[in-house]
Order: sequence, then C-alpha cells, then structure tokens
Amino acid sequence: MTKFDVSRGAARLTRRAFTQAAAGGLFVLGAGRNVASGASATTADSRAELSGTQFDLSIGAMPINVTGAPRIGTVVNGQLPAPLLRWREGDTVTLRVTNRLRSRSSIHWHGMIVPADMDGVPGLSFEGIAPGATYTYRFKVNQSGTYWYHSHSRFQEQTGLYGPIVIEPRDGPRFAAQRDYVVLLSDWTDIDPERIFATLKKQSDYFNFHKRTAGDFADDVKRQGLSQTLADRRMWGQMRMNPTDLADVSGCAYTYLMNGATPNKNWTALFSRGERVRLRFINGSSMTIFDVRIPGLKLTVVAADGQDVEPVTVDEFRISAAETYDVIVEPADDRAYTIFAQSMDRTGYARGTLTPRGGLQAEVPAMDPRALLTMMDMGMAHDMQGMQGMEGMQDTQQTQEMAGMDHGSMPGMSDATSQATPAPAPMDHANMNHPAMNHAAMGHAPAARGSSQPVSSHRPAEYGPSVDSRADQVRTGLDDPGVGLRDNGRRVLTYADLHTIGGPIDAREPGREIELHLTGHMERFIWSFNGEKFSQAQPLRFSHGERLRITLVNDSMMTHPIHLHGMWSELEAPDGSFQVRKHTVNVNPAQRISYAVTADALGRWAYHCHLLYHMEAGMFREVEVKHGGAPAGAHE
Amino acid sequence: MSATLRASLILVCLGVAAAAPAQEENPHAHYMMAPTQPAAPSETHHVPPDPPQHAMRDMSEEEMTGLMEMDDTSAFFMLQANSFEWRSADEQDSLSWDAQAWYGTDDNKLWLKTEGDRTDSATDARTELLWDRPIARWWSAQAGVRHDIGEGPARTWAALGVQGLAPYYFEVEATAYVGEEGRTALRFSGEYALLLTQRLILQPQLEFNVFGKNDPRNLIGAGLSDTELSLRLRYEVRRELAPYIGVAWTQRYGRTADLARAAAHDVSEVQWLAGVRWWF
Repeated sequence: MTKFDVSRGAARLTRRAFTQAAAGGLFVLGAGRNVASGASATTADSRAELSGTQFDLSIGAMPINVTGAPRIGTVVNGQLPAPLLRWREGDTVTLRVTNRLRSRSSIHWHGMIVPADMDGVPGLSFEGIAPGATYTYRFKVNQSGTYWYHSHSRFQEQTGLYGPIVIEPRDGPRFAAQRDYVVLLSDWTDIDPERIFATLKKQSDYFNFHKRTAGDFADDVKRQGLSQTLADRRMWGQMRMNPTDLADVSGCAYTYLMNGATPNKNWTALFSRGERVRLRFINGSSMTIFDVRIPGLKLTVVAADGQDVEPVTVDEFRISAAETYDVIVEPADDRAYTIFAQSMDRTGYARGTLTPRGGLQAEVPAMDPRALLTMMDMGMAHDMQGMQGMEGMQDTQQTQEMAGMDHGSMPGMSDATSQATPAPAPMDHANMNHPAMNHAAMGHAPAARGSSQPVSSHRPAEYGPSVDSRADQVRTGLDDPGVGLRDNGRRVLTYADLHTIGGPIDAREPGREIELHLTGHMERFIWSFNGEKFSQAQPLRFSHGERLRITLVNDSMMTHPIHLHGMWSELEAPDGSFQVRKHTVNVNPAQRISYAVTADALGRWAYHCHLLYHMEAGMFREVEVKHGGAPAGAHE
Repeated sequence: MSATLRASLILVCLGVAAAAPAQEENPHAHYMMAPTQPAAPSETHHVPPDPPQHAMRDMSEEEMTGLMEMDDTSAFFMLQANSFEWRSADEQDSLSWDAQAWYGTDDNKLWLKTEGDRTDSATDARTELLWDRPIARWWSAQAGVRHDIGEGPARTWAALGVQGLAPYYFEVEATAYVGEEGRTALRFSGEYALLLTQRLILQPQLEFNVFGKNDPRNLIGAGLSDTELSLRLRYEVRRELAPYIGVAWTQRYGRTADLARAAAHDVSEVQWLAGVRWWF
C-alpha cells in the first residue's frame, strides 16, 4: 500500500510555485509508467499519482494561473487536474475526501459501478460533503480500465476538480504496451462559470464568433449561385436556427488543456522507437468535444469507457465529454509526434508531444475547417425529394456526402413505430416486415449515413415554449463520425467500429423500452429530456433486476453525451445485437440510438447530459432502481 | 441476445484467440487477443453493486436540489441599453435611449422597458413594467402597465403584447394598450441584425405607433401617428459593449402631423446619431 503524504509535498514548495506546477508542467513527462520493466511509476513528479487502497483526498481552492491571469482553481491535494488514482481490480478502496472549500463539494467516480451511496451525487447518493467535513467512500473495485472522477457539485468540475482513474486488471492487461500514459483533456476558463451560465441564459450565441456573415453570403453565391444560397438562408431563417451552432462555449472562453498543460506548455511523453505506447484518453471537459489524432501514427483503439474492445485501427477519433478511449500507438520513427485534440467547433485545441527525447517537438497541424450543421443534422423531413435545394445547404464537404448515400441499409427500421403504438415487449428487432417500412425513408431520398426514419411522435411538452426543434427524420447511423469529421479523408472511429470483448453483461432481451427525446431551446438556453427539465419531471423508475432498453432520439441540433450512473449502457447495433458497453453515450443531432440497461443497481442515480451547462439547465433525470420499481408493462 | 448468438460470439472470441499464435509473423498480432487471459464473457465478469448502506433521508425537493446545487428554476437578471445615443437634428439635439431590464426564471420574468428622449426643453418617455411568460417556441406574452410622460399630461395604459423572434431572425415586439378615457394604442417594433463581420453589425429597425383617439395635448392624432426607421452600425468591442453610429428617419402622419405642424415641430426629420449599446 502506498499512502500519499499531502503535507510533505506541499511543504517543499511555496504555495505559488506549487500551483504553477499544477497548472502546467505537472504532468509533463509524468503519469507514465514503464510496464515492460515492471517498475512502478516513472513519473517526474510523483505527486501526480496516488496508488494503493487507502486515499486521502483534500478538495481545496488555490490560486492558479493557466492563461497569464491569476484565478482560483478547485484542486485535489493541491493539484489541477486532480491526482491520478491507480487502483487494482479486486481491491477494496477507501477514499477519505475532505472538503476544504467554503461551499459543499462531492466526488463522483465516473464509470465506476459502486453502491448508490458511494456514487457521489449530492441529493441522490448522499448529502454532499459540507465545508470542513470528510466523507469516506469505500467500495470494491470490480472492473478495470480507464475512468475518471470529478465533482458533481455545481461548476466545480469546470474550475478544475477532475482527475484520472486507472485500474489494473486482476489478470494483467489484455493488450501489452511498454509505456502507459494518461491523456486527460479538459477546458479551462478564466471566466467565472456562474457568469458563463448566466451569459448563456442572456445571449446563448455569445461565445459563437463563427456565425454566417454577409461575406459568407457573397462567397456562397459565388460558389452555389444566388438561388441556392437564398434557398439555404430561407430554410435556416424559417427555422430560426443557426447552422454554425456547434458549441455553446467556445475557444474564446476556453483554453484547452492536456494533462493540465496548455498547448504552449506542451505536455510531453517519452517513448523509445518501436515501443507500444498505451494512451488513455479521458475527456474531462465541461463543454468540449474533441477530435483527436496523432499525425504520422495509426491509433489502435483497444478500450472505450474502460471496457476492452476488439482492436480497431483508425487515424482519428471523436471523444465526447466524459468518454474515455484507450489507444495503442507504435511510433516507428525516431522523431516527435504531436497529439492533437481540436475542439469540435474548431475554435482551439489541446496539444501534447510524444517524443523519443526531451526537447523535440513535431509540427502542430492546422485546425480543420469548421463544418456547418446540415439539414440531416436537423432531422428535416420535408422536401427530401428536392435535393436541389439541399445542395445549397451543405458546405462542400457535406454535399459530397449526400452523394454517397446509403440506400441499402435500413438500420433501426423495425422499431420506427415503437412510439406510436406501444409495441408488445420485447420488440423484435429482427422482424423487418413492419408496416412502418412502407413509408419510412424508402420513398424519399434517404439522408446520408444510413437510412433515416420518420419520428412517429413527440412528447406533449416538446410542443411547448421550451423546445425549439423536433427531429422529424432521424437515423441510427452508428457509422456516422459526426459533423465535421465526415469524409475528411481520414479513417475516423465511429460507434459502429466498437465491439466490446466478451459480449453484454446480460444476454436477456430487454423487457421494455423507454424512449427519451433530447430536447432544448438554444435561444432560451433550456435543456431537457422530453421537453421537461429536471424540476418538471418525475424520476425514471427501473425495476430491480429488469433488463430494459433506452432509446434516445436527439431532437436538438447539438451533440449530447448522455451518462447513466450506476449501470452500464450497452449500445445496440441497428439490428438490435450488442455493440459496445459504455458509461457515456454520445448522441449526434437527429440521431436515434438504443442501448440496453440491466437495472441491477438498487438506489437513486443521476442520468444526464455531461455537458455541464446543459445539465445545470435541466438536462438531468433521476433514475430510481427498486424492487418492483416500475409499473408492469410501463412504457415511457 | 439469443443463446445461439451468444454462443457464436464466444466461439468467435475463442477462435480469434486460437488463431493468434498462428499469426505470430503479423506485427499486429499482439493486438488480436490477450496472451494471458481468454475473453471472459462479460456476463460472468460483471458484478452488480451492493445495495446502498445509507439510504437518503426523506427530504423536500427544494432541499434535494439545494444539495445538488442544480437549480434549473433559478432566476437571472439582465440590463440592456439597446440604444443610448446622441441625436443631432435641425431643430434641437437630443439624448435618446431604449433600454430594458429583466429579472426572472425561464418561465416568468419581470420586464422594465423604457424608451424616450430628452432635449434641453423637454423629456418624452414611455416606461413599461411587464410580466413576461413564454407562450410558444419563439414567443413570449407580456402584460403590464405603461406610463408616458411628455409635454402634455402623463398617460397610463394597460399593456398586452408579444415579443419574440419571427422567421428570418426578426426580433419583434407588438403591444396593444388601453388607457384612461377609452384611449387605445398599438405599438410595433421590429429589428434585424445583419452581420457584416462577427463584430461589425448593421441593425435596421422599424417602429410605428397607432392610436385610437386624439390626444392633442400630447400632439397625438388618431390613426397611424408616426414611424421611425433607423439604421445603426455597431462594432462589438465585446458582446456587451458596442459603440455605433447611425441615422434615424422619423415621419409623422395624418392628424399627428397636423398637430406637430401647429406646434412648430418637424413632421419629417432625419437625425444622425451616435451612441453605445451595452448590456450586462
């Protein structure tokens, strides 16, 4: 057992130097371990990592300087990001978390299957940790892989309370690697998060400096002609939506960090030529979705959300807020490589370097062009035959993609009417002889990335003033890399590539289905499920032991990472078969996806969008699992 | 998943494992399967969590959301001077403003709106206190009171209107008023933001007033009384702070025009203006 001594580390350094180290260089050349030699952590700064079974974590506020302007960060043991916790599968860990803040605090172990009172959500799991108090978390670690932890209190995650968790498998790693590094991505802001939230409520497009201008209009006319440009502007104008709305908070407020280091500070990790290097990517951002690549290297994805997957080799992957991906790279050349994580809205990037020697760095690529949302992302059903009008709506990239439409596949078609008429449970995904097929996308030009299907119903609250868009035409499209990554010439990971090794945790067919629509109102900055904010909704009730299906329909034009606490989300392929096990499922605009959940975790759990300001604005539900919890045959 | 499917999945896993040694020449073979551990079916591997030892005590919803610090019903406050400007005219220069403040939640807000101008000799102002409630996707209903002060006697009205976003992003306010002695009025305002660049924004605005009854002491005639068409070019130094220049053309009509003439005011005037738009 290694016990971390907080006081010793802190005493050696002045307070200022201490936090500066935490702000930037903390993980530099750190957090890696040489697995091959069997040595313990070879970190340059051992304060970055804690291991063993007993942990004392102290949440505090400290001055921090990320951008040149002094700010107060929320730290754990004086560190931002919080220290890496290294556990072993099978151990029972005890974490004594002391709150030295003036406000309540909490820590949630993201992706960990733990008893409800250990889950760390104030109001549901426990009462939070009062100022000055200590809460002792104790649970058995029955899983392995890459996870993370963060505060579940207000905006403390945004101000720095997030850190990595790496759990060694009991029987050794499935995929051997000589080096092992955590790459924790995050978004730092000098602006008080309360102010960001209030600003979004007052002017929701405040942080978008990429709206379409008169100049863009002129360019589009030159490229597409006047009539198509007008058709495009007419379409968006009628909807009163904005095709440039890719992120609510952008690089104008954020500095993107890699292991706490700004792009300039350049977090650096060492390798020797020919070694296999495991990179454990964690997106600990509050509001940022990253597109990650390492120019010159193929990325072999071996785990998603801590769960080993059949290895798949790609050039690039999108990592939504709260997701984790383990990637193995094999740098063959004796040179530096840039780890490049650009924000989905292309307003900034996090960057680090893999290098055989200190002091080297590689070229930092230019950010990709910023994409526009398309009618497909809006779930537009009307005028689909009139493809002429459509062309005007795409940027070049998306226009090409419309040409490559997949007329053949019919994913998810069989449950097209599951809402209109409560289908007998379990629903038969294999049965394609469903009446809905006749008028599903077949007769129309289907949208790209898998056929789309009409949405048969929306909830009453979705017709109210708190919801600004409803998708009429949705697609499952697990093979869609998402807006901004389509047809970019690189092999981009999609959910269709992910296959969890070992199959689902529960082979039963789901006994019922809960359909939830991801909804919101951009202009009013209201976010919700089924048009109802947390305060307006009743908890979802799961019956202990049941296997059920959650179907998410994203009616909004934003991408939402949806996180269910306490239970795995086992994503289904379009044919209903098991695809991948995740704790956070990213849902693209106008996407309809389903996952199975085994309600084997008694207690009250949080279920929410992991974009922090969406959650705070109401995109949150309580899930209650109890014996006989759900009314028989209940159909949400 | 059917038992057959599950069995075949396990078979596939085992098959891959068995195939791995045969692929030793393949440099990527080590990815294919665990050397140490065959793929354990997740079903047996997964351990459900123990039930919680400490159930949450009963508490009110307020207490719960208080602990969560996640209040999606919280209130916000905004103060905005849509325009705050100096206007130069042949007759007399004036200070002119159009400002509003609101406080409230997603569902209910209290709005205070004030618009007016002040010259050396007089102040004209319309002030409204309104309750605002969203009624449709893009529209809020607003109801309350309006109080006008000017050269003539002050007037008070009951107000009922809508405010929102019309297609093509036109911001629209349309309000009907009922005053004392059977007076009625309608007011409409529409504006648009044309982005020349991300920060340089051209804002055309149209306003008009209709009155149901003559009010000669306030130089108001029944019918369409006046229109104002203005154009402002602002530069958003920050979103919250945008100096601008512009021009406004005011036209009075019908009896209102007659009354203006009689009082030696302009019936039609063009004013240059410069000001600052700001909010917080």
